[in-house]
Amino acid sequence: MCLAIPAEVVELLPEQMARVSLDGVSKVVSVALVEGVAVGDYVVVHVGFALTRIDPDEAKQTLALLAEMGQSAEAAR
Amino acid sequence: MSDRIKRRKLDLAHGRVDLSHGAGGRAMAHLIGEIFHAAFDNPMLRAGNDQAAFEVAAGRMVMTTDGYVVSPLFFPGGDIGSLAVHGTINDVAMAGARPLYLSAGFIIEEGFAFADLKRIADSMAAASRAAGVPIVTGDTKVVERGKADGVFITTTGVGIAPRDLVLSAEQARPGDKVLLSGFIGDHGVAVMSQRQNLAFETSIQSDSAALHELVAAMVSAAPQGLRVMRDPTRGGLAATLNELAQQSAVGFRLDEDAVPVRPEVAAACELLGLDPLYVANEGKLVAVAAPEAADTLLAAMRAHPLGRDAAIIGEVIEDDHHFVQMTTAFGGGRIVDWLAGEQLPRIC
Amino acid sequence: MKYVDEYRDGKVARQIAAAIAQAADPSRSYHFMEFCGGHTHAISRYGLEDLLPSNVRMVHGPGCPVCVLPVGRIDMAIRLAQRPEVTLCTYGDLMRVPGSHGTSLLRAKAAGADIRMVYSTLDAVAIAEAEPTREVVFFAIGFETTTPPTALAIKLAAAKRLSNFSVFCNHVLTPPAIRGILEHPDLAGQPGPRLDGFIGPAHVSAVIGADAFAEFARDFAKPVVVAGFEPLDVMQSILMLVQQVNDGRHVVENQYIRAVTPEGNRIAQAEVAAIFELRDSFEWRGFGRVPASGLQLREAYAAFDAERRFAMAEISAADNPACDCGAILRGIKRPTDCKLFGTLCTPETPMGSCMVSSEGACAAHWTYGRFRDHARRAVA
Repeated sequence: MCLAIPAEVVELLPEQMARVSLDGVSKVVSVALVEGVAVGDYVVVHVGFALTRIDPDEAKQTLALLAEMGQSAEAAR
Repeated sequence: MSDRIKRRKLDLAHGRVDLSHGAGGRAMAHLIGEIFHAAFDNPMLRAGNDQAAFEVAAGRMVMTTDGYVVSPLFFPGGDIGSLAVHGTINDVAMAGARPLYLSAGFIIEEGFAFADLKRIADSMAAASRAAGVPIVTGDTKVVERGKADGVFITTTGVGIAPRDLVLSAEQARPGDKVLLSGFIGDHGVAVMSQRQNLAFETSIQSDSAALHELVAAMVSAAPQGLRVMRDPTRGGLAATLNELAQQSAVGFRLDEDAVPVRPEVAAACELLGLDPLYVANEGKLVAVAAPEAADTLLAAMRAHPLGRDAAIIGEVIEDDHHFVQMTTAFGGGRIVDWLAGEQLPRIC
Repeated sequence: MKYVDEYRDGKVARQIAAAIAQAADPSRSYHFMEFCGGHTHAISRYGLEDLLPSNVRMVHGPGCPVCVLPVGRIDMAIRLAQRPEVTLCTYGDLMRVPGSHGTSLLRAKAAGADIRMVYSTLDAVAIAEAEPTREVVFFAIGFETTTPPTALAIKLAAAKRLSNFSVFCNHVLTPPAIRGILEHPDLAGQPGPRLDGFIGPAHVSAVIGADAFAEFARDFAKPVVVAGFEPLDVMQSILMLVQQVNDGRHVVENQYIRAVTPEGNRIAQAEVAAIFELRDSFEWRGFGRVPASGLQLREAYAAFDAERRFAMAEISAADNPACDCGAILRGIKRPTDCKLFGTLCTPETPMGSCMVSSEGACAAHWTYGRFRDHARRAVA
């Protein structure tokens, strides 16, 4: 459920709107649901609304963990 | 157009089509003369007959017709006019034929601006001149407001294919290779970006283009190896391959990594919940070719500007279910099924 | 695409699959329900079941808002759209969902109803503003993720004093459905699926927070891992669930930590609470009426509530008796167990809602997994 996609905030607009960009596609969405959105943030966009901000440090850690899990599985073979 | 008709200039800047422009009288003659004949001008049209007459060379005559109802009428990279020329030229060309002539029928909604109609006619003229395929006869009708969406265009095309070249949809054989002339989904995304309820911005332009010269290059490079060609328009690559699978009673196996998709198109599809395989193209072709001819054809395609990004995207396989299967970039398998109804943007 | 492509790496997925195979105890089996249709879609789309060892099984859950919407609510929407003054706006997902007697919004539109597809709730508000003589109704569906945008649209319409905008609210809540499955796993005498744990929803959790699932881990001793929708997210979560089961633990873990916090999105929660209140109960397809599982507009916003504004009568319509959507939505049956699957019921002619939404278990299997059935049959 709930198709949503991370996109980068590239411009803040009046009335709690913002322009977000995803690989060369840009769209104006509402950021009324996320506090303190800044240009450069990645937000998860669902039906024209930013729902949450992506935490870049946590994203990095998840990727590191994924890589580690993979490697330990390789090593154990 | 007879010189006896006294010309009173149409107000091309502010005027609008009304019902008198379809009534067969003087107003209609003005409209046709000042907009269509002025744009498409060629000797056959100038003769002013209700039909075009021309000599036919030896070979197999190829004929096709197609209606164009795109909304919006103008989109990045083209408009309904250029589309109506390119689309019909391509349908003729997919038989391996050289397109010769086009006809154009217009159904115009009362109230449509002359300026828009002229813009569309000029765009058709430019597309037809660039392709070297003149519009030699046509028809104009006007319907009441609300009975059409601005303008609908129907174009018919004729062409000649070499007698010994038979490209047909039932000829795909297991082991054949599938070639695609370039990036998919550009047209559909460009059009969708302009729809009011979807509005997003992208630099993607429609790929609308006449492919007959690319086809000619392919036919001369490997006339024996070509089995079938088709341009994947509505329903996208997925619809075209499913049609061919049914008609040839075979299956296909595609390699997702090999199918060219621009990042912007992939991104727009993610945003709307669409799949690029189902998004429309207007300047791409799919060819099924004998395996030994595939590399030669690929080289010939890549040497042409409209086939620069061509790729071998898969092969024909034996499959009683006539499935189009795809090995995903992720490493799994999936079916690429027919599109169920119109592809709608979704939330889940 | 940043934060997308890196979680779709097939090589890493196969490595994690190897880790799952190592971790899974060959002397037992593991049955995990992915509640969310988004996960169902990812599992089918990327063929994740092929990567899992045979003793780790995924059970598809009811987390597809289109699929759990009962036929009667579609009938109500169609009846509303047939009123000459009404313009019904809705997401594309709902257009083809079958109502009673072969109807759908798409067919009602063809028959003359003014039904328009929108991408966002704000588009529906804009239509109401631009066309003041039309009664614009937004047909709202969705779980907690999709509810805040509806709340904001109502708030905006109120601020603009729009008197021609209303919402036909069908928003539902995730936790009561999970509770329903755990408390009453069986359906009409058919035993429920064995469940050793849950993959928790991704974007629902971004709104309500991972802590919302703590009650299930505690009360029913089931491990829950909140997971993102990309294939690596799902694979990692399955590994985390296997480890919890092996360790005899049952807690809520958060794999989707880049987007989900324990408490969720407080602003979104507050916006929803300001506009909506709980219904006593709401009908779910396959579940019947579930207590405190749906939302309605608060009294203060009654003017924006289409059900009150148009005195909409409840319609309770029976599912096609041969359709197994109910059992499929509860994880009791698989799509291929349904007699209609692939015969009378296909995406072109859906009989049940699970075949309509691309994340419905049947549509996902039809679209992505069907060729495996043939391969299996060929081997057999």
